[in-house]
Amino acid sequence: MLRVDNLTCARGGRPVLSNVSFDVPDGQALILRGANGIGKTTLLRTLAGLQPALSGDIQVDEEDTAYASHADGIKAQLTVAENLAFWADIYGTDVPETVYTDFDLADLRERFAGTLSAGQKRRLGLGRLGVIKRKVLFLDEPTVSLDRFSVKLFANFIQNRHLANGGIAVIATHIDLGLTARELDLEPYRAAIDDLGSSDEAFL
Amino acid sequence: MIALFIRDLRLAVRAGGGFGLGLAFFLIVVVLVPFGVGPDRAVLEPIAPGILWVAALLSCLLSLDRIFALDFEDGSLALLATSPLPLEGAVLAKTVAHWVTTGLPLTLAAPALGILLHMKPEAYGYLFASLLLGTPALSMIGTFGAALTVGLRRGGLLLSLLVLPLYVPTLIFGAEAVRRGAEAMAVQTPFVMLAGITAGAFALLPIAAAAALRVNLR
Repeated sequence: MLRVDNLTCARGGRPVLSNVSFDVPDGQALILRGANGIGKTTLLRTLAGLQPALSGDIQVDEEDTAYASHADGIKAQLTVAENLAFWADIYGTDVPETVYTDFDLADLRERFAGTLSAGQKRRLGLGRLGVIKRKVLFLDEPTVSLDRFSVKLFANFIQNRHLANGGIAVIATHIDLGLTARELDLEPYRAAIDDLGSSDEAFL
Repeated sequence: MIALFIRDLRLAVRAGGGFGLGLAFFLIVVVLVPFGVGPDRAVLEPIAPGILWVAALLSCLLSLDRIFALDFEDGSLALLATSPLPLEGAVLAKTVAHWVTTGLPLTLAAPALGILLHMKPEAYGYLFASLLLGTPALSMIGTFGAALTVGLRRGGLLLSLLVLPLYVPTLIFGAEAVRRGAEAMAVQTPFVMLAGITAGAFALLPIAAAAALRVNLR
């Protein structure tokens, strides 16, 4: 269970979203919608604990969360298998065979990540989620540069492997993933310009 | 932590990893010195420990900005920060990996290069010991500097300016230990100070570096 109460988060000292509240029960996903710049990434980074919230409360076990950003965090000089094995070691898990089939990586296993296409890299980056086995996923535009088939693979993974096992996912995306999930439009939470304006901006 | 250490070692030795660059730089600087000051034994012998230490310090500096910058650019630093591995542990793993890929090869190569500078034979053991004791501090202080400047464009130059003054105590006691060893004087004091600096750096700086990384990742 993930519960967010009156969360206000800021980017560069300026509040972008204020008083966001929602909760996501186990086994369900929440899709974040909103125009560019509304603060989807900021919200996800705040939820993942990378930056502090200005106010409000996030109730989730931090040991259960994982974050995936725009960047995949994969190393070009390591092979696909080595990249996945590294994250498995960090999280104290092992690499299940199903990851290779779930993300169509079986043929790429021994390839250096530097030689992969953008979409294949993205699949490898998402494959990390299947390795680390965290219950609460915060995903920032996971389908960037994926083709339609890979989007389907990803949606299947989230639905059948993650949510079906009681996982939670908060996903910022602009496309239709085909998931049965609640959508949250962030537009009503957009912070007013002078909302909590910090003092240093008054003189700029 | 061990996983991160092994990954960093692997990245360093694979294509484009930069392993050996610091060592080659060290070699070239030391070779250049006799060209600059002349091959006279009377000139080279007294300055050899200092030259070797300064060269080791500069070649250590060369690879510092890569410690966090690459991980920051490809997003793995943010992923590491949200992983179960504490950032302090990540800092320590990266420091040790940096030392194994730069400090350790320098330590092993330095006595051989001492020949080029007419260093006294008695000083070789002290040179090796002082570098072995001092270069981990160089890596640790450098990692702290790299954590402070991660995410800055052209942070490499700022990093050098920040880190070089912090290297002064290590340099003083390291070179002094070798000089005293060469003159057959008591070496205990500089070695104790050197060990103290290294131990102090490893006790405090992982925490400081992790705090700096957290701020820079916001």
